[in-house]
Amino acid sequence: MNASLSIPAASVAAIEQSPGYWSGVFKRFLRDRVAMIAAVVVLVLVLLALFGTYVTPADPYQSSMLKRLKPIGTEGFLLGTDELGRDMMSRLMVGARLSLFMGITPVLFAFLIGSVIGIIAGYTGGWLNTAIMRTVDVFYAFPSVLLAIALSGALGAGIGNALISLTLVFIPPICRVAESVTAQVRSRDYVEAARASGANAFAIIKTHVLGNVLGPIFVYATSLIAVSMILASGLSFLGLGVKPPEPEWGLMLNTLRTAIYTQPWIAALPGLMIFITSISFNMLSDGLRSAMDVKQ
Amino acid sequence: MILFILRRILYAIPIMFGVALVCFSLVHLAPGDPLVSVLPPDASADLQRQLRTLYGFDRSLPEQFFSWILRAVTGDLGTSIASSRSVTEEVFRAVKNTLILASFATMIGFFFGSLFGFVAGYFRDTFVDKLASFISVMGVSIPHYWLGMVLVIIFAAQLNWLPATGAGPGGSADWAWDWAHMRHLVLPAITMSVIPMGIIARTVRALVADTLAQEFIIGLRAKGLTDFGVFRHVVKNVAPTALAVMGLQLGYLLGGSILIETVFSWPGTGFLLNSAIFQRDLPLLQGTILVLAIFFVLLNVLVDILQSTLDPRITRQ
Repeated sequence: MNASLSIPAASVAAIEQSPGYWSGVFKRFLRDRVAMIAAVVVLVLVLLALFGTYVTPADPYQSSMLKRLKPIGTEGFLLGTDELGRDMMSRLMVGARLSLFMGITPVLFAFLIGSVIGIIAGYTGGWLNTAIMRTVDVFYAFPSVLLAIALSGALGAGIGNALISLTLVFIPPICRVAESVTAQVRSRDYVEAARASGANAFAIIKTHVLGNVLGPIFVYATSLIAVSMILASGLSFLGLGVKPPEPEWGLMLNTLRTAIYTQPWIAALPGLMIFITSISFNMLSDGLRSAMDVKQ
Repeated sequence: MILFILRRILYAIPIMFGVALVCFSLVHLAPGDPLVSVLPPDASADLQRQLRTLYGFDRSLPEQFFSWILRAVTGDLGTSIASSRSVTEEVFRAVKNTLILASFATMIGFFFGSLFGFVAGYFRDTFVDKLASFISVMGVSIPHYWLGMVLVIIFAAQLNWLPATGAGPGGSADWAWDWAHMRHLVLPAITMSVIPMGIIARTVRALVADTLAQEFIIGLRAKGLTDFGVFRHVVKNVAPTALAVMGLQLGYLLGGSILIETVFSWPGTGFLLNSAIFQRDLPLLQGTILVLAIFFVLLNVLVDILQSTLDPRITRQ
């Protein structure tokens, strides 16, 4: 953590190596069994998203009128086929890519943008803080599902527009958390001391504030990934996100709704994937929070 | 007290103004002509101009915004482009249906959420706690539109016990308090209750555990109060916050019902919003979102006021 702090090489040997903050976090995280299981599931999903296209048993886009809605366990189609006769297993595997991308990207962007705005608001205080936080309050007046759907409904269907709307949905909550932790750090003595010694705002934020606030903001942001996954797939489910024939779990769930009377368990499969993903991210985030000992 | 209520309401006014501004911007954020859904592709320039004037799209943006706000305050949200009916009427009929669904869902969610939360908080770090906490994590992690589909598969498609879609027999949109209509409420309300259940269970568990760790509980036990007596004190401490969370959840469900209403074809605001989006009926879209967001703001104010009346620890400066 303290790469900038240069300690003479000779004295390093003399000092007993004390375990740092991050190694403690890592150790606590490893001991958390639920979080470890969630981490493994997330890892598998990420690997599927990255390399899924190379290991699918069949072509996920190859449709066949003769093989429509084959039941689970059909020869050659382990998880059956969808309403256009495409292999479900392949589509579920390849679907990880778009589904994870649509769920994680907005949180990542919102984390970057929301942190910057929130830290500025929290550090400067005064009228700038009031202006930013009152604007955030306005966005808080919309339930997140409503805001996401209203924005992407107005912008029109498509991956890009869905990402923009979801990012806009997550900026206000991240901004609020960033503002409140920054305001707490700002009132600490060491920030006061740095200011008294003549450091400018940028230097103070860089050396004293960032290291103390990014952890809590990051933990909070990870807790939003599960919500984002559900919302992003929900947008595609409504026809506002990914467009056919791309495999995405929310969209697959929508197109398979016609099959709930004929092949109900195939129709339910894409949703199960969304569920597994979001619950894993939630448990991972919970584990991270207790390992980093962030209070909320 | 009255001063506090007034202040709280006054504070909500700029927020509502901002909300209206966001709703208005939505329409102008939308790419393309707002009249595209009603204009025939071969419409003459003259007809286009006439319609534009009729809906007020020919005036400057600030002018349009203020005239829209002024009319909205008097309860006139304009005319739906697709159905040429009054937006206010359409929205309020839909709000009633959504309110029925969301209230039932919140009640179910509050009951089970409090139950799980209390059990988990009382038996902290035991197996029961882990189980209750796991259920509450499931509640917030489950894609509720999928849960709705699964319930339809089990109880409508397979067992044929309950209807899969609609709010009444024969697809009627008018609600009545009889079993023929209530049957339609069961599946969507249970589906919707899962979200508040998870959140309320988490909140109550933390509150119960915090309260039980306080010294006055030891004091109460020491003076010989029965377990039930202690329990009453815990409830008193937990109730204001739990009720506040429940109120906010009702607001979230009102605004966030669109996915569930789509799954169950429930004729509420979400359904209306969905058709407004796909018919590109911008006045209807604008109006529905405005009403839902204002509802949410007012509910927040109400919850704040109620919480501070119920909980003497909150200072009303």
